[in-house]
This record gives sequence, C-alpha cells and structure tokens, in this order.
Amino acid sequence: MRATNSKSVLTRIVSVAFLLSFSHTLHAQWSQSQPQLATMLSSSVLIQPAELAQTLRAGKNKPLIFNVGPRMMYVQAHIPGAEFIGAGSDPDTITRLKTRVWSLPKKSAIVLYCGCCPWDRCPNVAPAYTTLQKLGFTNVKVLYIAENLGADWVYKGYPTASGNQ
Amino acid sequence: MASVLAIFVALRHNRTRETRVKSGAMHAPDFTLQTIDGTAVRLSDYQGKVILLDFWATWCAPCKQEIPWFIEWQKRYGDQGLQVIGLSLDDTAEPAQKFAHSIGINYPVALANEDVANRYGGILGVPVNLVIARDGTIVAKYVGETTPAKLEQELILQLKQAK
Repeated sequence: MRATNSKSVLTRIVSVAFLLSFSHTLHAQWSQSQPQLATMLSSSVLIQPAELAQTLRAGKNKPLIFNVGPRMMYVQAHIPGAEFIGAGSDPDTITRLKTRVWSLPKKSAIVLYCGCCPWDRCPNVAPAYTTLQKLGFTNVKVLYIAENLGADWVYKGYPTASGNQ
Repeated sequence: MASVLAIFVALRHNRTRETRVKSGAMHAPDFTLQTIDGTAVRLSDYQGKVILLDFWATWCAPCKQEIPWFIEWQKRYGDQGLQVIGLSLDDTAEPAQKFAHSIGINYPVALANEDVANRYGGILGVPVNLVIARDGTIVAKYVGETTPAKLEQELILQLKQAK
C-alpha cells in the first residue's frame, strides 16, 4: 500500500513537472513570435527629431545613424549619412546589424531609426536596439518618430537625402 | 516619471489621420507593375471605376488589420465599380504573396517601387490609402490607421457618382 502511494505521488510530481516545462516552452515560443514594439523602449533611450536635426546641422559629434526600416522608404527619403541596414523585424537585418557593429567600440554613439508607421506600431526599432544592448553597446539612442518619417522628419524640413547609399 | 512619459508617448499616437485632397486635385498617376502572381496591373485599365489604392506592407500590423475590410468591400461593391489595388512596400514578393494567399486577398497586389511612390507624393509611412474617383482624380488620402466606417463612406459616396 505504501509503495503504491509513493508511486502515485511520484507519478503526479513527474506529470506536474512535465506540464510546467511544456507550458514554459509554449510561452517562450509564443513570446518569440510576438513583435517587439517600439513602446517597449524606455524614454531614456529616445532622442527627439529636433535634437537630432540640431546635432546634424551643427556638424560636430555626429553619431552613426542606422536606418532599420524598409528599403522602399529609405530610397525615397532618409537622414543624410544614415546607413541602410534593413527592417529590424527581419532576422536577416539583425544578422547584418551584428556584422556592421562587430568592430565598433562599445561606446560608439549610435542612433537607430525607422519611421515606417506610428510609434506604438513600429516593429523594427526595438529588435535592433535590444540587439545592440545585448552586444554591450552603451551609447545607443532611438529616434522617436511619432507618426511616420514623412510627418515627423521630412515635412518638418529636417535634413533629408534620397537614393541608395 | 519615465513610466508616465512612456505611457504618454504610447497613448499619444493611436490616432487616425485623414487628409482630404481639395477639389481640383491631381489626377492619379498611371502605373504598370507586376503583381505578386506574375501578371501585370495597370491603373488606367480600371478607368471609370472607383479605386482604393492601398500602400501597405506585411511588417505593418495596422496595414494587415485593414485588409479584411478591403476584401469584404471588393466583394460587396465590386459590381458597383469598386476596384481595390494593393501596392506592397515589402522588399520582395514572397512575404506579400504568402500573406495574400493566407488571407484570401481578392484583388491585385503588386510590389510598389520608388518611382510610383514618388509620383504619389512619397510614401513615407504606411498604411496610405488613396481613393480615386471614376474620373481618375485623387479625392481622398488617408495616412496611418483609418476608421473603416469613414473610408467606406468615402467609397460609397464616390460609387454613387455617375460613370
């Protein structure tokens, strides 16, 4: 009787452990499939368009600027000097980003931007930012684009270039 | 304080924007593009119809949310002269094709290019939806997420105009 009870308890423990492990795996997979939206970024890592435009116009201490939005928008209009990396929500872009920054000092001043869609819908800047953060870069800012690149940068008359880099 | 600011920033931009083009507006520039299924779509082939021209992309969540409405409207108003045309800003056709087939898009979808985007005033954010009247003029432009009822009313208004 005691042996049967012990076996039953052990079976239950194993079952619970299995269920917990399974649900954890499911949750992890679900989390990975959800887009990382720009709203997950702390306001402390944001830079406003007016501030970046001022820095660019001053011509001193210019950061590296990486465009992590779609190519079609980049070729129409981009911040002068911005390097096109690709849409940050694409895993291939993250690979290109890692390659691009591989040899950079970890204190390099970097600004990431997209402008594809309203801030709370952008799936591109957060994955790029968290990638750089995990690589140990400590001086990364993300350009806060509230609506889209047109409304918040180009039509405000901030410095703009077009074409492929 | 940072949390409050973050919430403020998040709430501030869940709004629609509509720009209604004034009368005497520009004629919709013609284009010929290859659809994701390998055929050609030419805007001027739909002369006399009311066109909903949708600039979208598969990485754009609000864009994908709108498409079921467009599928429904194509079914409901197609006989009355509505033609929806989707122009994707995806870098390649594959993701657009996959999405289109998965959701059952029932209208032409092509990859936009820089030339078409520039001729339509620049597509510097998505979604952008343009309503083109039967005479070929652009009568409304919606930038960003749109209230479906408002867009549908615009289409119904234009469909009532004489051919």
